[in-house]
Amino acid sequence: MEIQSKARAGTMQSSDVVVFVEPADQLTIEIESTVLKQFEHLIRQRIEQQLATLEVTRGLIRVSDRGALDYAIDARIETAVRRSMEG
Amino acid sequence: MSDPTLSLRRSLLYVPGNMPSMLQNIPVFNCDTVFIDLEDAVPLNEKDAARSLVSKFVASYKNRNKEVFIRINALDTEWGYDDLLSVLPSLPDGIRLPKADTPEIVERLDTMLTEMEETLGLEIGTFKIIPSIESAMGVINSIKIARCSSRVIALAFGAEDFTADMEIERTKKGAELFSARTRVLWAAKAAGIQAVDTIFADVGDMDSFRTEVELVKRLGFTGKSLVNPRQVDVVHEVFAPKPEEIEYAKQVIEAIIRAREMGTGVIALNGKMIDAPVVKRAARVIKTAVSQGLLDYELDDEVIYGAK
Repeated sequence: MEIQSKARAGTMQSSDVVVFVEPADQLTIEIESTVLKQFEHLIRQRIEQQLATLEVTRGLIRVSDRGALDYAIDARIETAVRRSMEG
Repeated sequence: MSDPTLSLRRSLLYVPGNMPSMLQNIPVFNCDTVFIDLEDAVPLNEKDAARSLVSKFVASYKNRNKEVFIRINALDTEWGYDDLLSVLPSLPDGIRLPKADTPEIVERLDTMLTEMEETLGLEIGTFKIIPSIESAMGVINSIKIARCSSRVIALAFGAEDFTADMEIERTKKGAELFSARTRVLWAAKAAGIQAVDTIFADVGDMDSFRTEVELVKRLGFTGKSLVNPRQVDVVHEVFAPKPEEIEYAKQVIEAIIRAREMGTGVIALNGKMIDAPVVKRAARVIKTAVSQGLLDYELDDEVIYGAK
């Protein structure tokens, strides 16, 4: 899949995550999290895996995490990418 | 869960589909069933997000300790079919179908579920259906709806939409619901499936809630849809079998075991005939009692149905 326009998914509730995506020539992932110190590497790994599953190879991905578990990260990334293709 | 007509389904709790903080609590809620909601609890512009979140949550929910039903959007909306495509691969126990006004609507869902089961390589009939009876037409058709598919394991009355459809106020005493409730009950009982009562929306008014649960238990409902985890314990308390009911149920089971040893499926207990329906009812009492810690008893399906 290809990120074609700016899109977002997720909410600022606890245990959720807001994902912003926009087109870019390279893949860049920026993470802001309430648990950044302990979990940044795991969050990044999960985002990379999910982008790989969706076959997204480029784009700017900005993530504002409120303590989301893996399934929620996966779902919000998927929704943001799909929305970027519809918009 | 081996036989869905026998599984304990007293407390059926709605959980909004687009809130990770609520979804993640599903394993610790003490209800028997959850209805994960993609319909009224999800705003129109979040339908896609909720669908994705719910399917990924359900797929990640291993070692399930309760039944998981998904309330999809009605099939005549633009979301209903996509909801199914998205959530069924995560293997929920079934679908709660809103606006099940006619048997044809439920049959349409049945066909879609069969197609999905074929695609997923599952046994036909894996996914169950709980139709929501929530309009005047649904109430009138409930008798046919209860029998239109073997997937239909319960009818769920929905008073909020029903009173809106009738253009009447819903009161806490619920006199305006009496005829509709009774008809839904008859339909379910005649078809040999479960009758599930409507939600009670005022979470702060636990006294009126308890009164309503007591009423519907007396009428014959064996489950209630709930909007808040705080309501679960009241339902379990009210639906708990009394000690004399448990004692009688044990006698019934012992009697039928004796009958089976003698090679028959029917026997008298204190002058009353004990056969399959009586045994099934006793089994339900025992399962309820065991689940609430009122009784320590092991009951396997062979006792209930006899060896094949």
